[in-house]
Amino acid sequence: MHTSSSSKVAPLYTNAAPAQQASHRLKVYPPKPQKVYFFATCLVDLFYPDAGMAGIQLLEQQGIEVLYPQTQTCCGQPAYTSGYHDQARAVAQAQFDLFPEPWPIVLPSGSCAGMMRQHYPQLFANTPEQANAQAIANRVFELTDFLLHVCQLQLKDEGKPIKVALHTSCSARRELGIAHVGETLLDQLAQVERIEPKRTSECCGFGGTFAVRHPQISAAMVEDKTQALIDAAPHFVTTDCGCLMNIQGHAEKTRLKLQGEHLLSFLWRRTQNDA
Amino acid sequence: MTLKTDHLAGGQFYIRVQDALANAPIRANFRKAMDGLMHKRATALEDTQERESLRELAANVRLRALARLPELLIQLEKKCQSQGIQVHWAQDAQQACEQVLAICQQRQARTVIKGKSMVSEEMELNHFLAEAGIEALESDLGEYIVQLAQETPSHIIMPAIHKNTQQISQLMHEKTGTQLSHDVAYLTECARQQLRERFQQADIGLSGVNFAVAETGTLCLVENEGNGRLTTSVPSCHIAVMGIEKVVEHLEDVTPLLSLLTRSATGQAITTYFNMISRPRQPDEKDGPEVVHLILVDNGRAHLYQDPELRDTLRCIRCGACMNHCPVYTRIGGHAYGTTYPGPIGKILMPHLTGFANNAALPSASTLCGACAEVCPVKIPIPDILVRLRREAVNGDQINPSVMAEKGFKRTWKEALAWQLWAYLAQRPRLYQIATKIARLGHYWMPQSLGAWTQVRTAPRPAAKSLSQLRRDAEKSL
Amino acid sequence: MSARDTILQRLFDGRTEALGETQAQVPASQFHVLAQVKMSLPARLQAFQQAMAKVEGEVIVLTRAQWPQKMAAWLADHTQAQRILVPPAHHVLGQALAPLWQGQWGHTWQVRTYDAPIETWQAELFNEVDLAITSTRAGIAQTGSLVLWPTPEEPRLMSLVPPIHVAILDSQRLYNTFYEVLQVEAWAQQGMPTNALLISGPSKTADIEQTLAYGVHGPKRLIVFVLVDEEMAEVCDAP
Repeated sequence: MHTSSSSKVAPLYTNAAPAQQASHRLKVYPPKPQKVYFFATCLVDLFYPDAGMAGIQLLEQQGIEVLYPQTQTCCGQPAYTSGYHDQARAVAQAQFDLFPEPWPIVLPSGSCAGMMRQHYPQLFANTPEQANAQAIANRVFELTDFLLHVCQLQLKDEGKPIKVALHTSCSARRELGIAHVGETLLDQLAQVERIEPKRTSECCGFGGTFAVRHPQISAAMVEDKTQALIDAAPHFVTTDCGCLMNIQGHAEKTRLKLQGEHLLSFLWRRTQNDA
Repeated sequence: MTLKTDHLAGGQFYIRVQDALANAPIRANFRKAMDGLMHKRATALEDTQERESLRELAANVRLRALARLPELLIQLEKKCQSQGIQVHWAQDAQQACEQVLAICQQRQARTVIKGKSMVSEEMELNHFLAEAGIEALESDLGEYIVQLAQETPSHIIMPAIHKNTQQISQLMHEKTGTQLSHDVAYLTECARQQLRERFQQADIGLSGVNFAVAETGTLCLVENEGNGRLTTSVPSCHIAVMGIEKVVEHLEDVTPLLSLLTRSATGQAITTYFNMISRPRQPDEKDGPEVVHLILVDNGRAHLYQDPELRDTLRCIRCGACMNHCPVYTRIGGHAYGTTYPGPIGKILMPHLTGFANNAALPSASTLCGACAEVCPVKIPIPDILVRLRREAVNGDQINPSVMAEKGFKRTWKEALAWQLWAYLAQRPRLYQIATKIARLGHYWMPQSLGAWTQVRTAPRPAAKSLSQLRRDAEKSL
Repeated sequence: MSARDTILQRLFDGRTEALGETQAQVPASQFHVLAQVKMSLPARLQAFQQAMAKVEGEVIVLTRAQWPQKMAAWLADHTQAQRILVPPAHHVLGQALAPLWQGQWGHTWQVRTYDAPIETWQAELFNEVDLAITSTRAGIAQTGSLVLWPTPEEPRLMSLVPPIHVAILDSQRLYNTFYEVLQVEAWAQQGMPTNALLISGPSKTADIEQTLAYGVHGPKRLIVFVLVDEEMAEVCDAP
């Protein structure tokens, strides 16, 4: 029998298990809990609070109590991907105390969930916090993934017929392996026709600090992504605020007729009576 | 936050990127080619269970080989020597070039015909031999075209992918007098005729190596055109150059690598030729080279090998799938990188071959989208290695031990201070909330420009109330 | 210190993990994904034909009875070849093709063997041979490949330089995969020949704007005659 798995192969050269490889296969969904911790992420907190509120309401609708630690700040990813790991670690560790009870931690962002779930173990490898980081990582879920697989969310569409293109972030798609989640949830909505944009798995060109370090390449990428979405539908939804800020910002700047929205906001809106 | 574009540290990279992005034919050629190649790979590997089992196996084979790299190189050397292949070791490109030249001089060779070899590109061998009065002629059609144009390959598998038929027709017309025709069959036939003579006249054939088998002392070459076979069979002397990482332990180890190499690269089930060479011509044989030399080229690899995480870079089997799937490569093409190996693999390999500072802009020129790692046949965690190199570039001195010669070369006090300040705030929630409030209020008098971001996008508008504020309001109202 | 010693030293030094431990952590390779490919003979033949057809390889299935004659007739009908290179009479295939020499099948082909070192007749081989017929050691169904071990009777350039390569494959030697060939024939154990080859179609390139063109440096046509037993003939639609 074929018995080898990447979890056995991988640890050879890295201090901690390489996140890219084994992680999402090892994910174990918990039974539906009474409570969850909500980690809003800095972009949602500052720019897209409606997406956060939509996520919270969807959770509450499932009878789950949402614990919102008021002292949360950032997952540490910007510093991590820029090479400032000491700073990233300090900020990440400051979040550990926010989640004292063993409830799942949910995030309305594939990117930040990916950071906590896949990179915390590496970031804290060979430090006293290693076990703690791993424990936190195991409890982290991207919110739509959690709604679909843990809450078994069933959506009832109250809206008018609409065509929508979905852009799944690269972290949701590849780091977390949950590209099917957004598709499945949208497909539950009877009046929503999901149109697959051309080159759907291609990156939008955000990449955090990439957008400002390599603005020309980033611009070329977001131009193409915006066009692909417009060609599919006048309305798009996405799992991540970084992509949303990038694509929507480009559409606005170039006065293209494309309206973007966070997937959570869209799902919540569609299921309300006045939708 | 002061995050400047990397213009200063990146040097020429930005200028080349700008040129490439402004060059519509280049962009169209790459987009079309990469779309085609992605589709071909997907079709060739559509059985996902088989694909993942094969990738697992291939990664395992490469890991096993790297775990025993020095032992396998010694075994390969012994086995090859016992079969009559002369083995040389070169620490760097210069040494490897000198060894090729010494063989040429010893045989009084005037012309060298070449099969495709990226290591020889790395060595800039053609240039070196030309200076010594020896002609090196590329025989792979793509390499031949690139050589006619006096350019370098823009892709490791398809060297002339940046050119379209019209451009190639024009080039061949100017340089070799062919008709101005867009008939690819005609152009190919012309190249065949031009090169057939040259194969017969060449004193030496020089090739690369795709895999070398330690167990049997076998050099394996993967190709479609037959030029590799001619190169290694017609001239009386064959020189093979290979990076030291290309060795595998057992003969059977090549089977998953071969299968994934061709399917990942071009979607072919296999290439036309898989050529396995284990000794020079034997007394009763009627063709093949009388002499076979193998040059094992280090050129930064042994140094890179010393770091357990960076070492994964050496798993690479040069299929080029990472560049085919890279949204950055697709936009800027191979030449913009200014490196022998472009694309994601180039970003993580070149700093070790030609210096970290010389490739300063490469590690940051990625969105970390992960498309490369997703398709890599040997599962190299390229995004993780990119992050590691970013860290080496600004904080390498904190990595103990760091094998990077120019660690920390990119650190600026401004950026370090900015991250320090950010970390300070993000560990102090009350201060952080005040800072975000200022950002929200500041929005109203902030100029509508955030430098690079707003060149093609509007500035993000902070919401009137942050989510944490909304939560506080909600909790109060309960 | 020599370059060799410096490189090896660096590699040995670089492996700071205890070697035994490192190796122990790499699990044995599981080749199941390759070993599990098992097809019946008709299925193998079909896979071989399909894979060859994809790359413009021509496959003709013949029953064993009088196959050389049938092959010669096919070649006369389907090629313009006049100057033909075959193995010598002391070779099994050469023997089977011996009637060609005497023109017994009514053809006017000029026939010769690769009877001298390449240096003595290189120009002739490159310019004055239209077609070469070789045997094969085995075939591979999964990828549509021929396995050749060139010998003094059938040297390396025979399957490479003439514009048409004709290969004879016995269906009994049609394996599932390359992996199976290596396992069953125990290549590593018995030692490798000077040159071993897998050939999968005529020479080709896509270096000009991804457009496939056949016959770039090697043969422009690859014609494979697969020999089958009578009972297989119906399954395979053999003439």
